Amino acid sequence: MKKWALSALKPLLTVVLGLIVSGLIGQLTGYPASAVMSALWLGSVGTVTNFASTLVIFIPLSLTALGIAIAFRAGLFNIGAEGQYWMGAIAATWVGAMGGAWPPGVHLLAVILAAIVAGGLYAMIPGLLKAYRGAHEVITTMMLSYAAVEFGHYLIEKGPLMLPGAIPESPAIAQSATLPILVPTTELSAGIFLALGAILIAAWLMTRTRLGFEITLLGKNPKATRLAGVSAPKLTVISMVIAGAFAGLAGGVQISGVSHQLMDSFANQYGFTAIVVALLARNNPWGIIPSAFLFAALQSGAGYMQMNANIPAQMAYVIQGAIVFMVAADRMFDWAWIRFRKGRWGQMPPSETPAIAHEEVSL
Amino acid sequence: MSFFLNPELWALTVTVSVPLIYASLGGMFSERGGVVNIAMEGMMLMSAFVSVAFAYASHNAWIGLLAGVASGAAMSLLFAWATLKLQADQVVVGMAINLLALGLTGYFLDAFYGYNGTPISTPSLPTWHLNVLSHLPVLGPALAQENVLTYLLIPTLLGAQYALFRTPWGLRLRSMGEKPEAGRSAGLSVLRYRLSGVLLSGILSGIAGAYLSIGVLNSFNVDMTAGRGYIALAAMIFGNWKPKGALMASLIFGFLSAASIQLQGSIIPSDIVLMVPYLLTVVAVAGIVGRTTPPAADGIPYQEESL
Repeated sequence: MKKWALSALKPLLTVVLGLIVSGLIGQLTGYPASAVMSALWLGSVGTVTNFASTLVIFIPLSLTALGIAIAFRAGLFNIGAEGQYWMGAIAATWVGAMGGAWPPGVHLLAVILAAIVAGGLYAMIPGLLKAYRGAHEVITTMMLSYAAVEFGHYLIEKGPLMLPGAIPESPAIAQSATLPILVPTTELSAGIFLALGAILIAAWLMTRTRLGFEITLLGKNPKATRLAGVSAPKLTVISMVIAGAFAGLAGGVQISGVSHQLMDSFANQYGFTAIVVALLARNNPWGIIPSAFLFAALQSGAGYMQMNANIPAQMAYVIQGAIVFMVAADRMFDWAWIRFRKGRWGQMPPSETPAIAHEEVSL
Repeated sequence: MSFFLNPELWALTVTVSVPLIYASLGGMFSERGGVVNIAMEGMMLMSAFVSVAFAYASHNAWIGLLAGVASGAAMSLLFAWATLKLQADQVVVGMAINLLALGLTGYFLDAFYGYNGTPISTPSLPTWHLNVLSHLPVLGPALAQENVLTYLLIPTLLGAQYALFRTPWGLRLRSMGEKPEAGRSAGLSVLRYRLSGVLLSGILSGIAGAYLSIGVLNSFNVDMTAGRGYIALAAMIFGNWKPKGALMASLIFGFLSAASIQLQGSIIPSDIVLMVPYLLTVVAVAGIVGRTTPPAADGIPYQEESL
């Protein structure tokens, strides 16, 4: 078998097993597995509208996952991409609702750039703390992510982005700051091109540039980076800024293309789902296309399933959790295989999970 | 000033802090053994649901508590199997456990109880009245009338301090988190000690989860823990991986939460107050004020060589 086919086999297997687990749970609790599967299928790709709504979710998931994947390549676990996503959205809303007369296209460009810069700067904090103070990025990004969400809540509840009224929300952004809608009556905007473009850029960055090579080197062997004369701390900060820029862009595109205003529900935990997307894609930018599509389909299918078949949408999280578990513990397949072949615990190959660099662990 | 003299504030502080203290103690045992445990959120959530389900089915809150703790322990065993036996990445598996708990509890809540949520006739754990304390000014109401699990904290805290620093088991557990090779060369099983730490975190997170659902309330709702597992993790780190520190940090974080609730409707923005625990933790981890030191081998899987 070709190498890429082999590397796609395990992720595919985990997805199939995840779906089987969910079907079993459905069956055991009185919802036939066939009903679960057909509702998921119909709700995600069954009609043009549903397909469009899957693509709507694909945009933020793929963009945020790109950021997480690049950080992973550098050996950094950007678990708090959700916060960078919020910061991007906050900056986009702020610029978008600024008012004033803008030349055509410039306002939109300003919104997108503001989101990228805000996300990048926010991710720079954990990058700097990791590089120069040894603070573990899992803790700092996670905590800063919760802080960013609270900050967003403050802005729309009592802060400068508050729209007076009972519901905490910001004013809507100007028409000139919105992305054009592609399919009428749906929320699918031109953001899809931004997402695909970003995937292209990320793939180019990681496989064709010196920086991409250095980032991968840092993740694989920090000592070698130092021997190669590259500053590991500087590279750590750069990787985090790039990661945050992608997540910030995702937040900006969501504001500009879908929600058009900042409110609590706009984030929908995309920052966390994107971690799952990056993991399943094995941090390969091209792999993010099928991976993000799968989880987008799962999410939009689950919503449809709840509304039309009355099957709880929380099923989507069960499938996600099962997939992450199997991706992380991918040695369970080797374990099962060795058990099957030898009937005992044999020598196991090392885990293929894109693990955090265990070089300097200081949580 | 009257803000700080309001007994309600202190009663609320205790209520918010209790689950944080239990869970952060659990996380401390796990990390002292060298296993980073972000799965406490999921263990708490699972226990919160299971304890309501069993308390309702058996009409006995104690059976609910027991079942909840057992479910937390079961989640921790799943976590331990993946991280210790299969040496999977601890943070990623922790995330998977959290997702599974969020999905399973939300799904079963809907599938079993439907739109109305858990039944209102669910019993809750008893509240004890210590009338002696009720005459204390300001703090009296917070201390005199508390759930039984709040009082159970005192022996738990003392036990944790004693077990970790005064028993052979505690010494060995800590050695597994600092330098597992040393423990191994003394003929001890690294995995078994780490398993005991993880299991304790499951049990203590289970108590924390049960406190949320059948301690202060008698119901469960979707994502009931709402990030408390992560705050507990932060409290443990801010408390420098020590029982006393975890207690103090949990109380500080609990106070800030309580204050933000009390401040709703006032000029001071409550969301900004809620940001403080997270920012404090970042500052502590970065060593800007008072550096925290984690166990040296925290988060590193250990491959036990076959003898």
